Amino acid sequence: MSLFLAYLSVQCALLSGALALFSEHRMILERAANRLAPLAGLKEWPARSERLFAAPVYPRLLQKGVFGLLALSGLAALIGGISALLGQGVTVDQLPFGLPWLHWHVRLDALSGFFLLIIGLGVIAASLYGPGYVREYRQTEHPLWLLGLCTGLFVAGMELVLLADDAFFFVIAWELMSVSSYFLVAFQHERAANRRAAFLYLLMAEIGAIAIILGFGVLAGFAHSYSFDVFRYTHLTAGWGTAAFLLALMGFGMKAGLVPLHAWLPEAHPVAPSHISALMSGVMLKVAIYGLMRFGFDLLGDVQWQWGVAVLILGTASAVLGVLYAFQQNEIKRLLAYSSIENIGIIAMGLGLSMIFLGTGHGELGVIGLLAALYHSLNHSVFKNLLFLTAGSVLHQTHEHDLEHLGGLVKRMPKTAVLALIGCLAISALPPFNGFVSEWLTFQAALQSSSLESGILRSVIPVTAAVLAFTGAMAAATFAKFYGIGFLGLPRGRHAARAREAAHPGMLAGPALLAGLCVLLGVLPTPIIRMLEPVSQLLLGQTLPSASGEGWIWLTPGSRTVASYSALLVVLGLGLAWWTARYLIGRLAVAEVRRSRPWDCGFGGLSPRTQYTSTAFSQPIRRIFAPIWAVRETIRTGGAEALENTPVHYALEVEDRSWYGLYAPAARGVEALARRVALIQTGSVRLYIAYSFFTLLLLLGVVSG
Amino acid sequence: MSGLIALVEPILFILAAPLLAGWTKMVKCRLQNRKAPSLLQPYRELAKLLRKQPVVAEQASWLFEAAPYIVFASAVLAAAVVPFFAVHLPTASIADVIALAGFLALGRFFLVLAGMDVGTAFGGMGSSREVTIASLSEPAMLMAIFALAMSANTTNLASAIDYVLDTGVAIRPSFVFALAGMVLVAVAETGRVPVDNPATHLELTMIHEAMVLEYSGKYLALIEWAGEIRLMLYGVLIANIFFPWGIAEDLSLASLGSGLAAILLKLFGLGALLAAAETVFAKMRLFRVQEFLGFAYLLSLLGMLSHIILEIGQ
Repeated sequence: MSLFLAYLSVQCALLSGALALFSEHRMILERAANRLAPLAGLKEWPARSERLFAAPVYPRLLQKGVFGLLALSGLAALIGGISALLGQGVTVDQLPFGLPWLHWHVRLDALSGFFLLIIGLGVIAASLYGPGYVREYRQTEHPLWLLGLCTGLFVAGMELVLLADDAFFFVIAWELMSVSSYFLVAFQHERAANRRAAFLYLLMAEIGAIAIILGFGVLAGFAHSYSFDVFRYTHLTAGWGTAAFLLALMGFGMKAGLVPLHAWLPEAHPVAPSHISALMSGVMLKVAIYGLMRFGFDLLGDVQWQWGVAVLILGTASAVLGVLYAFQQNEIKRLLAYSSIENIGIIAMGLGLSMIFLGTGHGELGVIGLLAALYHSLNHSVFKNLLFLTAGSVLHQTHEHDLEHLGGLVKRMPKTAVLALIGCLAISALPPFNGFVSEWLTFQAALQSSSLESGILRSVIPVTAAVLAFTGAMAAATFAKFYGIGFLGLPRGRHAARAREAAHPGMLAGPALLAGLCVLLGVLPTPIIRMLEPVSQLLLGQTLPSASGEGWIWLTPGSRTVASYSALLVVLGLGLAWWTARYLIGRLAVAEVRRSRPWDCGFGGLSPRTQYTSTAFSQPIRRIFAPIWAVRETIRTGGAEALENTPVHYALEVEDRSWYGLYAPAARGVEALARRVALIQTGSVRLYIAYSFFTLLLLLGVVSG
Repeated sequence: MSGLIALVEPILFILAAPLLAGWTKMVKCRLQNRKAPSLLQPYRELAKLLRKQPVVAEQASWLFEAAPYIVFASAVLAAAVVPFFAVHLPTASIADVIALAGFLALGRFFLVLAGMDVGTAFGGMGSSREVTIASLSEPAMLMAIFALAMSANTTNLASAIDYVLDTGVAIRPSFVFALAGMVLVAVAETGRVPVDNPATHLELTMIHEAMVLEYSGKYLALIEWAGEIRLMLYGVLIANIFFPWGIAEDLSLASLGSGLAAILLKLFGLGALLAAAETVFAKMRLFRVQEFLGFAYLLSLLGMLSHIILEIGQ
């Protein structure tokens, strides 16, 4: 049943892509329909056909079909994922594709079911939101068929990655996902920066894929097979196991955006259309996390605690650097992309803790870390999708992506503003929203480190917990800036001053669905964490019965005396306190409110220009943690006379250090190497034949010897 | 019975909060050779603010008027989950100490947003400084608490207090460091000298006051009261975690009474210490605060390391 729904979902996604192709080729579809309709016995077809294929109706209808199929695909993925989680069984299948001796193996278990659910949620929200968002592309020269086709392929690729049960199929699906999303990043290719970002994205995706293929290669070398089932029962030596894990960590970590290989992510994710940015940041990064979990826990088995330390340290570095970089961004979608790096870091911290506990023989504590990572994956996909979609609405309505030109949207776009506020609260890990629950679980996992034997681990892990605390506070600062500058205050530009609520109802319905989930996942964490138990049963062989041992309103990872949290009672308490305060104030205080101009120190003339800017808001942190960024600050005054009233130009560039420290030297190295290699490419055919001849001789020598 | 006390406790807490602020101010005035206002002055000020007509800026949105209620409600909730004069109450398990930090962060988040809502430079300036200080003090605070949580193997406040009571009076290096770190954090988080000055309205130095500059009337009353609850909250946390002796361990009237007396006595002591510190120290520059909080973080870290190195396995 669940596998059928998964197939249905993939097919709907592919069909949606195929249907999009016909936006340019109306004639083919019309002819096919005219030929098929009499066979199906439809009466009055010609008249209907004329109406359907009329010029203004057809594109709208086709678009409805494309996004409808995409929504159906999301729904099927969601239900299929839930039923795979609840069914607790493993479904396997073989598809008659692929190599003659290696058909595509398919497997749907609790782990892939959980991530299928994440994809389903993201795709449903994106397909509700998409029709309104792509409307403006119709006026420009952007080919909508390409967007529709690649979106369909992209979604299908992500789902096939989850379903793959052999290395060949996995890599094919992985490449389908990477390459189709390349076209989505390059969609608005008229700008050189977007082309550059797309190329960088493709390059990094392929380097990552090579690492993944090599990782599978190590496994296949021992297993003499490409099927995951054989991988599971193959035991590697400790050295080769670590080599395979490190390759996988590099490949999947690159795709997930772990520091220091993250620099492509904030370039590529923001330039895609917003609903695609949401899918890339909210969903595709989780597919990379899925790959790491599948590879590390399931295929390799025998988790070493040293791997956990590597993942934990990378995760901590990603979390703290991601959020520090996010805080300095002024572009809304870039800020969100950097914040994805932070959240992936938090997920990796949970995974790393889980590996450490598992590798040292404390499986029951490892479950807490794993559940924290899984729950944060779900939560991040919900609130990051929500934030990208609301940011997309802002972009769509104002054509501004710079915080310095936004402001005052809480009045101009009130509904979008409320939805964005929920997203900001959730991502800032504030109770009672969902982000808090998963960060709380990560803290609980980290605090269990006193049961470890190694003194170094015991002291390192709480330090990472304190770094996580810093990350949480900085995330709140980042999203206070995002919301405070973008939505509150006075409009800083004329576009923001004239903004209106998005006209298409889907552009509110998609985010509203996700905002509702933010609240639901925050208030009722215990039943949902119980739903995740099959995943930990599958990967670690045990569950955490105590988590829900005190009833469904309590979340108690250890026991009730160790730690407990009840989001429902928190909401009730907040509500009670709020209501009492309102009631008493209403009885006691002066109710009437006078409206007046704000305090301007008696000078008068407050304008949007006198507000605090986004750059100014983040200045104290920029100064305190100065070495983290490559900051270039230039102040240019116009006149030589000191007292003259001349315009002053201020320019600030905050650059990613990994760019200059890692990417630029690597690019230079490749170029230098290419120049060396070019020495043997003389252009003379005779010489090339000689190369072939000697290579052949050498190979013959190797083979026979 | 325990349910009733769990309801009465936060109400008492909230009602007593302005008293601590008044006491601190009184001691401070005495130490500075000034004539002190009455102990009840904060109550009078709250009553005065409630009677005044609030003035709200024209461009303020709904968030500006909703924020004071959220700030107040989150402070009340935080007060409800902290053991005040009795340990074993059902409310204590609603949220542990990490969630407590979360409640305080929730209130601060809305206050920061409210500061930016009107669109004046002061509001933005205060908000920017507030998030800067908060992002440095929060990890230091959690680190101090983690040092304790790892010794007691719990993040639940009631269980942690139980643990300290059970082990008796013993000087543990980890507790001493964590206490020192916690005190520094409390000073920063409640906006006292040397980090911020609650009495100042000098434009360039104010932090908290800049953020709430546009508030008046009932809204300002709620925010001031929430601030007083926060001050008391940190006092109660320090008093009850590090010196829990005297807290009511059962629900008999006698022990509840003595528990209340004990906590009030401890709070008066802490308030007097705070007043003395505010008299002795001068407010520091904004860009010295990170050194102050970095020191707090370091102390907490030392606390945790000394727990791991010296105390585990002994």
